[in-house]
Amino acid sequence: MENIDIQILDTPLSIDKSYDFVVHKGCGGICLFVGTVRNHNKGETVTHLDFESYKPMAIKELSKIAKACSDYHKAERISIHHRVGHVGLKEKAVIIAVSTPHRTAAFEACQYIIDTLKETVPIWKKEHLEDGSFWVNARP
Amino acid sequence: MKILCFGIAKDITGQDIIQLNESVPENVKDLRQWIESVYPPMSALKSYMVAVNQEYAANGMTIKVSDEIAIIPPVSGG
Repeated sequence: MENIDIQILDTPLSIDKSYDFVVHKGCGGICLFVGTVRNHNKGETVTHLDFESYKPMAIKELSKIAKACSDYHKAERISIHHRVGHVGLKEKAVIIAVSTPHRTAAFEACQYIIDTLKETVPIWKKEHLEDGSFWVNARP
Repeated sequence: MKILCFGIAKDITGQDIIQLNESVPENVKDLRQWIESVYPPMSALKSYMVAVNQEYAANGMTIKVSDEIAIIPPVSGG
């Protein structure tokens, strides 16, 4: 779809590319969410993350989310870029960009996309700590 | 038939693709029982989903030998 840009990449993400896709003359509001790797989780020190995806299904699920967002929030353009592979501290794991005519819908649409992505999209992160590594949400 | 494994399921089964040469489970519920009997740590997971042809599938969904099956442990993207 020409107003929706979904990519799963094993190279560093670019805020400019996400922004440039969604900017539109009919839209006064653009909201960007960037998910970055932080150095702690549940009291432990994280050294880096590894992301894995079931790529064709992840793209399908992200497309469903983008379509629902477009229909409900009247987003003009949506860009979702997710990184896979090794992602270091402070690096960008995901960028979501949305453009809408007015600002309220932009904030809501952006939040909807990241919240739903975290529930339904087949992407997994493995946390690397100082003394081991664990799949998040599947730790015994 | 091929069963794709991701995340912790890949660690548990030791494979990213399980080649199933014996009789194919009739439905998702039977597939779950099969995989948990062959790989008991799968039943210790809090939960996991099964995808058939890249769509989440309920336990009652029937499976054909030509279907693409995937084991989807709890997701953690974003």
